[in-house]
Amino acid sequence: MTPGARSPGRAAAFVRFALRRLAEMAATLLGASFAIFGAMYLAPGNPADFLLSGRAATPAALKALDAHYHLNEPFVEQYLRWLGQMLHGDFGRSIEYRTPVAALLGARLPTTLLLVGMALVMVLVFGLVLGWISAVRGGAVDSTILVATTFAVGTPSFVAAILLQGLFSVELHWFPSGGSGSGPGQLLWHLTLPALALALYLIGLLARVTRSAMLEALDHEHVTVARSRGVPERQVIRRHVFRNSLGTVLTMGGLIVSTLVVCTVLVESAFSVDGIGQLLDLSTTTKDFPVVQAISLIIVALFMGVNLLVDLVHPLVDPRVALGTRSVAG
Amino acid sequence: MTADLTTDRAADPATDRTAALVRRPVLTRIRTTHGPLYLACVVFVALITAVALFAPWLAPHDPNAVDLGNALAGPSGIHPLGVDASGRDTLSRLIVGARTSLLGPLGVVLVSTVAGVAVGAAAGWYGGWLDSLLSRSSELALAFPGLLLAILIVSVYGQGLPAPVIALGVAYLPYVSRLTRSLVLAERERPYVEAYQVQGHSGPQILVRHVIPNIAPVVLAQSTINFGYALIDLAGLSFLGLGVPALTPDWGQMVFDGETAIQQGYPLSAVLPCAAIVLTVVAFNVVGEHWADRVARRESHE
Repeated sequence: MTPGARSPGRAAAFVRFALRRLAEMAATLLGASFAIFGAMYLAPGNPADFLLSGRAATPAALKALDAHYHLNEPFVEQYLRWLGQMLHGDFGRSIEYRTPVAALLGARLPTTLLLVGMALVMVLVFGLVLGWISAVRGGAVDSTILVATTFAVGTPSFVAAILLQGLFSVELHWFPSGGSGSGPGQLLWHLTLPALALALYLIGLLARVTRSAMLEALDHEHVTVARSRGVPERQVIRRHVFRNSLGTVLTMGGLIVSTLVVCTVLVESAFSVDGIGQLLDLSTTTKDFPVVQAISLIIVALFMGVNLLVDLVHPLVDPRVALGTRSVAG
Repeated sequence: MTADLTTDRAADPATDRTAALVRRPVLTRIRTTHGPLYLACVVFVALITAVALFAPWLAPHDPNAVDLGNALAGPSGIHPLGVDASGRDTLSRLIVGARTSLLGPLGVVLVSTVAGVAVGAAAGWYGGWLDSLLSRSSELALAFPGLLLAILIVSVYGQGLPAPVIALGVAYLPYVSRLTRSLVLAERERPYVEAYQVQGHSGPQILVRHVIPNIAPVVLAQSTINFGYALIDLAGLSFLGLGVPALTPDWGQMVFDGETAIQQGYPLSAVLPCAAIVLTVVAFNVVGEHWADRVARRESHE
């Protein structure tokens, strides 16, 4: 059956599957938002005192709190109103900075997105290339890459950040040691080391996964057949081994993106990059809870969104995958 | 940073009990070709545990004794590994810091293992609505990366070790419970379970006395691997200043303190705790993977 001649039954099955996954995601997101909202009721004392955390309870401050949280209403109503506001992009006002959370996030989001994007490119390029070389070459090259990736996956991102900073900016002066500079060129320059620190663990992980997926694909009969037909080895590896192993990589999409986003908290703090990761650290320290809530919700939604996307795209690009095969979680 | 690379395709409980083991696909080749690495890692784990246990007797100095006049001095007879930016002895801080740095992950592993086995065993044994309820809630917990959940809890309860340890325990729970569930499902089909049922033993009795001891090795291997992840997450929290209180010697805290030293060109007091973290994580990973592999091989010989 050629890809174009898919039966209408499969298309209908796909739509049903997509709708079911979408509903599941909505349910999980609802649960997650409830946990994020309810967390402030876990704090000792009443929520208003917790939210103000020792700041002066001026009428203006109380009014701002009430506008966002409606603390006088029953709990369920508070939650539903809060959820409605969040869905409309109204994240409330920061208690520490007294500005809308959305504005704070908007100013910092591009930096974080650029950082995550740069790290993602590094992960894909280095991870896939190292995995490829490791699987195809074998021998000493393979062993060296394996030892290197063993340590890469054991290195937390903040440790990588500190070590890279010490080596490349303090000792060698090749890169700036922190901040984000001014102008787009400067920004890229300042974000290179942070992106590398962020990517290191996942480069190791992806290289490992690619390697084992390619070794598995190499054992398949179609590879032997292709070789015996005289297909050049480069082409065999590229078309029949590497392409077959990409499905495994795809199932890691959610894991890769969520790890990158969560670890920006550590890396941005280490390099004083003014993105939303650093903001999460700062607002946790200053107990600026509306900001913590907004960032947590965004990270969880992002993670689930990428997982959903992977689940939906995977059966489309790889017809062997049965509908309902779940992507890697966590 | 927890990786679960088991797709549901691979987790068919009847065919391969250990295929469901949540593990990173790392270290596979190293393990089989380099026996000495496993031994070295076992020795390292034993050594670091002993250091943590006997820390107060091993540390040559008070880890919190500040000597600003001697700040950032290099290694010397009195301070074999030098001192940090506040003049505190690095060796003593590393030794005493091993305690908090290992105790935190131990707590996380205990919470997630005990609760995860209970939840997973109940779901696998009883099935039905209980199973789907528990699967739903573990899906929810999986949506929260461990570090994020810990940060959320710290922002509510403030700094300190117990709150993030429990938060991470909850975040790691689904990995253990999903593994336990698939193992229990496979174990239920075995003849010995039916034999006990025929003899009139109750479900919980068979579970606790026979099924759980049988699946324990696989679960323990998983928990050993989780230990490394928990160490990474807790050290990260301390690095952010959200973990242990500021004066407690802790490896993550030491990396944070060492940042100023590194920027002044004295990397030693930051590089050493970094090395301690990386070596400990790698050692626990290698040992856990090795155990998992040994159990898997034993199963395939059966």
